[in-house]
Amino acid sequence: MLKQLFKFKGGVKPETHKTDSMDTPIGVAPLPARLVVPLHQSIGGLPQPLVQAGDCVRKGQCIGRAEKWISSAVHAPTSGTVLAVEERVAAHPSGLPTLSVIIEADGRDEWIGREVIDYKRLEPEQVREILRDSGVVGLGGAVFPSHAKLAAAKSVPMEELVINGAECEPFMTCDDRLMRERADGIIEGVRIFRDLLEPKRVLIGIEDNKPEAVAAMQAAVEKSGENFEVVAVPTRYPAGGAKQLIRVLTGKEIPANKRSPEMGVQCFNVATAYTAWRAVAFGEPVLSRIVTLTGNVEQPRNWEILLGTPIRDILALARPKGDTDRYLMGGPMMGFELPSLDAPVVKATNCLIAGSKALFPPPPPEMPCIRCGACAQACPHELQPFELYWFARSRNFGKAQEYDLFDCIECGCCSYVCPSRIPLVQYFRFAKSEIWSRERDKNQADAAKARFEFRNEREEREKAEKAERLAKAAAAKATAKPEQNEAPASNEVAVAIAPVDADAAKKAAIAAAMERARQQREAAQPKNTEGLTIAQRKEIAEIEARRAPLQVPQTALDTEDTEARRTQRDE
Amino acid sequence: MNFNTPPYLSQNVSVTRIMLQVLLALVPGIAAYVWLIGPIVLVQIAVASAAALVGEAVMLRLVGKPIGLFLGDGSALVTAWLIALAFPPLSPWWLIVVGTLFAIVVAKHLYGGLGQNPFNPAMIAFAVCIVSFPALMSQWPPASLDVDFSRQLATIFGQIPRLDAMSGATPLDALKTALKLGEGNATVAAIMADSGVFGRIAGQGWEWVSAAYLLGGLFLWQRKIVSWHAPVAFLAGLGVLATALWLLDPARFANPVFHLFSGGTMLGAFFIVTDPVSGCTTSRGKLIFGFAAGIIAYLIRVFGGYPDGVAFAVLLMNLCVPLIDMYTQPPIFGMKP
Repeated sequence: MLKQLFKFKGGVKPETHKTDSMDTPIGVAPLPARLVVPLHQSIGGLPQPLVQAGDCVRKGQCIGRAEKWISSAVHAPTSGTVLAVEERVAAHPSGLPTLSVIIEADGRDEWIGREVIDYKRLEPEQVREILRDSGVVGLGGAVFPSHAKLAAAKSVPMEELVINGAECEPFMTCDDRLMRERADGIIEGVRIFRDLLEPKRVLIGIEDNKPEAVAAMQAAVEKSGENFEVVAVPTRYPAGGAKQLIRVLTGKEIPANKRSPEMGVQCFNVATAYTAWRAVAFGEPVLSRIVTLTGNVEQPRNWEILLGTPIRDILALARPKGDTDRYLMGGPMMGFELPSLDAPVVKATNCLIAGSKALFPPPPPEMPCIRCGACAQACPHELQPFELYWFARSRNFGKAQEYDLFDCIECGCCSYVCPSRIPLVQYFRFAKSEIWSRERDKNQADAAKARFEFRNEREEREKAEKAERLAKAAAAKATAKPEQNEAPASNEVAVAIAPVDADAAKKAAIAAAMERARQQREAAQPKNTEGLTIAQRKEIAEIEARRAPLQVPQTALDTEDTEARRTQRDE
Repeated sequence: MNFNTPPYLSQNVSVTRIMLQVLLALVPGIAAYVWLIGPIVLVQIAVASAAALVGEAVMLRLVGKPIGLFLGDGSALVTAWLIALAFPPLSPWWLIVVGTLFAIVVAKHLYGGLGQNPFNPAMIAFAVCIVSFPALMSQWPPASLDVDFSRQLATIFGQIPRLDAMSGATPLDALKTALKLGEGNATVAAIMADSGVFGRIAGQGWEWVSAAYLLGGLFLWQRKIVSWHAPVAFLAGLGVLATALWLLDPARFANPVFHLFSGGTMLGAFFIVTDPVSGCTTSRGKLIFGFAAGIIAYLIRVFGGYPDGVAFAVLLMNLCVPLIDMYTQPPIFGMKP
């Protein structure tokens, strides 16, 4: 039995608003006419679409294949015809479009062939592949592909496997109902995780405001005969954060720069465990999830909803009241306002809250920070949010990182307690995105600089090689055919080589080659103005006498000739 | 545009609520003060409040900030009340106004307004006035003063000349002067036997005012408006040094209880060193800040040229706050040794 629970500093205790939806059993949502299934429903790579417009698909058929290791497959939630594979609005605060498969349901809900397998005979690697190809991802909201978290560590032995049933966000009760109704399935899933990771202990943490869930999970553990420990942890937001729950149950504090397996712990949500069991044991990929529809509605309740159901279609199930002015996806602390109700339910959709002015009143104007320190008291990571606020505001991103900006989990506790009503989390998001954008720019600039320098080097190298080739060619020509026409050629070569600031040795080699070439040339060319016989001189004089009246002024010609001869002699 | 961003829930807190609770915590002290001196204290508070609000409104208009929003946050009133309580109760009205305007306009708004002042505005006002008008600022009425309210009112508004009887010294000042004049022959015990000035543990009557401030301070602590670090450290700094010197030479140095209940000690401990804007933000920083301020306050009080050193001590420590904060950052989750 767990002897001692640990505490984490900070945290807040908002009103939970859970009583509305927690006592009604999970309903099954009716089949929608059309489904918009985004391909990118997990952290990691975008799955490749396997279908195109016009294809018929069956329930559970893979429509998006996981390409990389950190990525997860997507499947058709019901049988029907693919209308298109195109960009549609995503369930994301930006309202930007994402590649989605639009399926027209045929109403038959026909499954692909499935089989129950004895997964205990499978190799761990095979189990992980099944999980990846079945689309099992973290259903607590982070949608990280679970198979990537299930490799037993090589260096650090796994000490604790933590199962997260805390559900600390107000309004949300999907995990509560799942634990009450399907505890046996969850425990089966936990078994699979336990077999893959081989931890020394398995700890299931549930907030103590869910006594029925604690009892149901206890009963399931007893029935299974395993020695899993079901622990009720004190209710305080954000006790359901992975790092906070690990701290409470194991005492370990995991910093931002470490992954929890490096400290011998791994954490999974209860719903993830359930879907893992369905996938591995029954071949059922992840096609639906439990979603809490609550807030300003007539009937707050949990529903099992097919992924890809447009949110507009299911809101009618809850009957939102007339004064609803917005819809939030996720909880009120970390969720976001849906920019469009055409967005579909995805694996990350754990809760949909209808908001009104009464429920979420418009915030009063932001006042200046008075450095009261309430935010630092509330931060579960013991950061100094007001310092980060000042640094983010003044764009001093270096200092912000020094003060551990990236340890912030954006839980919202600081904004919750701020008397000046400063939206601190937004400042931190701004700072983080600025830093990432600058890093991207810097990486691009570095890559460009490397390419530029390499190009310069390459050009210089090519120039030097070309010059050397030309010099060699000139030298070769000089030895084969000694003619005066070579002189201009050697001048060309000299001009070509002069601007190159290449190796001094290369230069010297080239100069030496040129010198040899010239000497050979000159040795081969007799100077026919010297060593003349008397008869030859007489003949020349007669020729000159005949030529004289027909020429340009003798002095000009003489000067040029003398110059040419002089330079030749000097070389 | 008013973007509503997560988190969509928040606690029912505001700057105004905090400031109002601080004002509420001052009420016991004000009540004791009124019992001691008379309702003139309330008049001074009114004068200071009016000056503060007018000064703030003008500055907000000049810089273009929403006047209603910022006047309503209550911070100017807190400064005004602290000034009215720290200055002599029979100060001329214009002295209070000058001090308050200096605090609000110069020490607060010229640095950027709420949340931006590096120095405690009330203490700036006190320091500026005690240096500029030392005579007026040391005229404290004795506890036994028997002047009716209308005469007191007329005095502060300059209608009648100030009576000599009105100008006296605080018990702290009296002790200091007597020791100096005595030149080694006077002892603390002998001086404090004078029951006209001195009461059971500290100044006659004034000790009750200090006790009332302590009560208000405990209320603030219980409401989590202030943490225990700075007040306890301040009292400890003052108390430790006072104890040490008193044990060393009880004839020359008064006992620590006297010091803790005299002058601006209690007011300073719970209302001045706890100012969030100009004080340290880390817990260890608050301890250092408070302790050092206590030490300096005692040194000025006993060895320095002024009767009470709380104001200067706090201002000196305000200078050090950024450095102290930088070096006392606590380790974060996951990074503890």
